[in-house]
Amino acid sequence: MSAAEAPDYRRQSPAVAERFRQLKQRPVVLTVDRLTRRFSRPDGSEVTALENLSFVAHRREFLCILGPSGCGKSTLLRLLAGLDQPTSGRVLLDDREVSEPGPERGVVFQGYTLFPWLTVKQNVMFGLKIGGSGNDQADAEARQWLELVGLAKFADSYPSQLSGGMKQRVAIARALANNPRILLMDEPFGALDAQTRAQMQRHLLQIWRNVDITVLFITHDLDEALYLADRILVLKANPGRLDELIEVPVPRPRRPEQFGSPEFLAAKAHIEELIHPKIAPPTDSLPFIRFTQVGDDVE
Amino acid sequence: MLSRTKRDPWFAILRPLSGRRGTLLYVVSFLLPLAAWSAVSYLPFLWHPMVCVTEPGGVSWFKPGLLVERTAFEKENARALEAGKTAASGRRANPVFLPAPHEVARALYTAFTTKPVLRGDVWLHESLWRSVQTIFWGFLLSSVVGIPLGILCGSYAVWSRVSEPVIDFIRYMPAPAFGALAVAVLGISDAPKIAIIFIGTFFQQVLVVANTIRRVDPSLLEAAQTLGARGRRLVTKVIVPAKISELYTDTRILLGWAWTYLIVAEVVGVSSGITYFINQQAKYRNFDNVYAAIVIIGLLGLGTDQFLAFVGRRLFPWENPRPSRLRTFFVRLFAGREVLLFPGSSEEEAKA
Repeated sequence: MSAAEAPDYRRQSPAVAERFRQLKQRPVVLTVDRLTRRFSRPDGSEVTALENLSFVAHRREFLCILGPSGCGKSTLLRLLAGLDQPTSGRVLLDDREVSEPGPERGVVFQGYTLFPWLTVKQNVMFGLKIGGSGNDQADAEARQWLELVGLAKFADSYPSQLSGGMKQRVAIARALANNPRILLMDEPFGALDAQTRAQMQRHLLQIWRNVDITVLFITHDLDEALYLADRILVLKANPGRLDELIEVPVPRPRRPEQFGSPEFLAAKAHIEELIHPKIAPPTDSLPFIRFTQVGDDVE
Repeated sequence: MLSRTKRDPWFAILRPLSGRRGTLLYVVSFLLPLAAWSAVSYLPFLWHPMVCVTEPGGVSWFKPGLLVERTAFEKENARALEAGKTAASGRRANPVFLPAPHEVARALYTAFTTKPVLRGDVWLHESLWRSVQTIFWGFLLSSVVGIPLGILCGSYAVWSRVSEPVIDFIRYMPAPAFGALAVAVLGISDAPKIAIIFIGTFFQQVLVVANTIRRVDPSLLEAAQTLGARGRRLVTKVIVPAKISELYTDTRILLGWAWTYLIVAEVVGVSSGITYFINQQAKYRNFDNVYAAIVIIGLLGLGTDQFLAFVGRRLFPWENPRPSRLRTFFVRLFAGREVLLFPGSSEEEAKA
């Protein structure tokens, strides 16, 4: 479906418009204020990974960050998590400036990062015990979180015994157990196969609806972003900067059938155009060299 | 059989062997040198450069049981025949320092039952016990200081910078070089021997442990930080547990090093322990006992290592979770299924 035939992605049904009106009235949890991060290369030159990025996330919002590789998605997440310091600009969580990692910002990494020497339950208890909870209390809470992500049966397994999707569910439970204000997710389902990924997306929406949490979800998968997000922050590369902030016009609760709905396709067509401009620059095409006989064209 | 060989070949790159083949090769790796040793000992045409005199004949200096080189034996016999005397007879034999396997096997038993020759000499088991004690204390002292210091060096750049250069420097000094010094400072009892083992292992241990610690996965540290851990707790709750099983393996390997320093340590000051036994037996030319003692050292080392490996598998269950294969199979089986978190709410969703 081309952009010309598609309905305007900005047109929202009354229900969706009402949703966004309510969303914007909720308090702001995360403020990103003119955030810039430059890295210096060994040869002395500088690369700007992220330039002058500003946005806010409201309470219980699901915000996706979408962009091509090299647009500074992961740099942004590391800055938000406090694992890296910005060159300029600020990150505010509930009006307090972020300067180091902390339990009020849960992070789920693409590489699972579960502690292999702890059982599934002990992994979930890790943050609670660091935070000063007693053993019994941490144990009880960890069990509840494992129940929430559907892994109560695997409480005493080790991470190495779990599949990728299950590991990522443990990682989500571990992050949520600290009662964070915001959940930062860095392409969490990127390493999973398509089926598991779809299943995990459904699970995540369900978890999100049942927990008071703001989710900031980084992905390069357009369908994933459209399926999950309230709003999508599209980034441009070199240097990484804001391209457009899109309100997803697809109503909630989301279902896989909506992948074919007109609103979905309209938004998809628009973002696709943002990410992949129609006319590819000439440097991007391969030279015409052929190693095969003329006359056996396959394309 | 042919089709099986085709399915999994013996020589396959980076592929583990089946359990039966593994056990078989384990035995073969011991049998091969034993077979070579037996061949040299029992096949007279392979080596046997000496002759063991059985009948001295007319050669004045030959005695029954004397070992003579073959050329010398033939020359003497030729001379005796020329002088009209009877020729000596003998059988071909290996030099005294190469006893046959069965002699060493016998010595493995008799060495324990033979009374010490001299007053002040000790029984074999006493020698062994003394050696084991020397190793134990030397290695324990080294580990008690070396492992924590190594963990600090691996975790904090400050500790690494202030201690590793000088440790690297001392590490290149051979431990036996400190022998005379150790005796002068610590006397002639067991203390200097323990000190040599300490010197031999400690400096290596700090560097090995620090290197292992430094290889900790940084993403685990970042994850722990986002969960609220910081400072010293990152070391005790993340770095050390993440590397504990590798540290255990390092320690096992270093214990092997400590055994190699044992022989040097035991000749420092007054010779003692298994080394003293070996030296005494070599003096009496009881080479079967010498070999027996060396084999016992090997068996002790191998036994300790296998025991520690066995203990390690139980100490670190996440390395090889049991019952691994079956459990993983079931876990994977369930992973493919849809797990409904809130069956009620998802029905609502379907209706909506």
